[in-house]
Amino acid sequence: MTAAALPAGSIGELQALLRRREISPREVLESLRARIDQVDPQIGAYLSLDFEAAAKEAETVDLTLPLGGIPIAIKDIINVTGQPCTCASKILSDYRAPYDATVIRKLRAAGAIPFGKTNMDEFAMGSSTENSSIKLTRNPWDVDRVPGGSSGGSVAAVAAEEAIAALGTDTGGSIRQPAALTGVVGVKPTYGRVSRYGVTAFASSLDQVGPLSKTVRDSALILKVIAGADPHDSTCLNEPVPDYTADLPDNLKGIRLGLAREYMVEGVDPQVKAAVDKAVQHLQSLGAEVTEVSLPHTEYAIAVYYIVATAEASANLARFDGVRYGYRAENPTDLLDFYGRTRGEGFGPEVKRRIILGTYVLSSGYYDAYYLRAQKVRELIRQDFAKAFEKVDAIVSPTSPVPAFKFGERTADPLQMYLADIFTNAGNLAGICGISIPCGFAQVDGKKLPIGLQLQGKALNERKIFEIAHAYEQSTEWHKARPGT
Amino acid sequence: MSGSEQIDVAYVAQLARMNLTPAEKQLFQKQLSDVLHYIEKLREVDVSQVEAATHAIPVFNVFRDDTSGDCFTAEEALANAPRKANNLFIVPKVVE
Repeated sequence: MTAAALPAGSIGELQALLRRREISPREVLESLRARIDQVDPQIGAYLSLDFEAAAKEAETVDLTLPLGGIPIAIKDIINVTGQPCTCASKILSDYRAPYDATVIRKLRAAGAIPFGKTNMDEFAMGSSTENSSIKLTRNPWDVDRVPGGSSGGSVAAVAAEEAIAALGTDTGGSIRQPAALTGVVGVKPTYGRVSRYGVTAFASSLDQVGPLSKTVRDSALILKVIAGADPHDSTCLNEPVPDYTADLPDNLKGIRLGLAREYMVEGVDPQVKAAVDKAVQHLQSLGAEVTEVSLPHTEYAIAVYYIVATAEASANLARFDGVRYGYRAENPTDLLDFYGRTRGEGFGPEVKRRIILGTYVLSSGYYDAYYLRAQKVRELIRQDFAKAFEKVDAIVSPTSPVPAFKFGERTADPLQMYLADIFTNAGNLAGICGISIPCGFAQVDGKKLPIGLQLQGKALNERKIFEIAHAYEQSTEWHKARPGT
Repeated sequence: MSGSEQIDVAYVAQLARMNLTPAEKQLFQKQLSDVLHYIEKLREVDVSQVEAATHAIPVFNVFRDDTSGDCFTAEEALANAPRKANNLFIVPKVVE
């Protein structure tokens, strides 16, 4: 592998070279820096970079550690000491993180090197990264199209070979949907599998941190490092973390896969449907049994999601008051003017819309009708999955109903944007785990656009979805395709 | 959720302590009315026998040892303050 080709490598490939001392961590960082200089002016994946701090860490890193010497790109919602953490919002434009999030502390302890922060929808609210208040991120497969979101910078960086792997966050599909739209692997772990300490809260009963990578094995390796109990996050589950990478099988004998009747909906792009149907046949050829399952409350998931997520967001974002950190409006006439202008000037349109909706559904007289009812329907959605997972190991579906769309195509109508998450929202509501892996391409306007296959597994059963995804990946070529940037 | 209630965006924004421009008020009024109309579909579901979900995965009574750990120095805690002096956050006068 030439130095220039290093950023194209997987963690597995680089690790072999690092451990044989054929390359040094410093060379990996330098090659990455050169690649970013070359392609990021066009792609716009990164919001900030600090190769000086990274180079210092590289000098002393222990290459025998699980991620020794591997640079990892970090979504700009996760705190890394001394680095900006803008959440792509004007309100945090000058913020510098005073501490490491637990996931960063764990990555460092495993030898990984954070070096840059990636673009996103403001406060992770969006499905296209167009809600970033800082800049656009372009899809490396077609720069006229969105990379998906909200973890759009992280996926674009991996797809454009300007990151080896990355961290993202997923509240309603924000890891899986952009992974699908850019042809990379993305994992939303079980709710509580990974600590959120040091991750700016959007919707606290839904948010999870997870990996984005070029191979299933790389994601499994990262999850093993970042998962596990944390005294700083009481929602983080005190459950053992299995070895996700050991002895991944190459066949699927004995695996039971479910196709949800309710996922056969209108509005799924025919090329997406064809690719997923073909992927299901391939999974069967590897030995998996496929049966139909039912998730009867699927059609209510998006409505439930936009009540629960906005309600929680309106409470979480109350902390941005201009007092202790963040943007502050100048020369207020009184306290209400101080808060009103600080927040009015600091937040972008989608964040404002969601704060208003969330405030409304929690407000006196509406709480029972909206929030309480939504939490009850959420329980029915959770029970649907629990019943389905009595019969199957994983539920197979498209990750996104459509391939990457064009800039501006959905921004005028928020509801249309919300519907982009139709196959991913319910998994967050139920707290289960899910992965998106590349499974084909759509041909649109003469461009190849990646299609993602989603596998959802029951809570804490990440190991099973890694096994299925790995067997699929290793017997197909989709994950090897890269855009010609 | 009777369907007859209309969200008053200007009023709710005031509750959320967040100023909106006149153009934002008008745009959000239309967009959020559409979203609320969509959300109305939850009325179809019979939830009379359902307990509201509280946690996706049940967790009870998370305890830790009552010991002190690392904490910020005053300087670190104030590092991002919009205004500060004498190890304090400076805010506009709010009491006459």
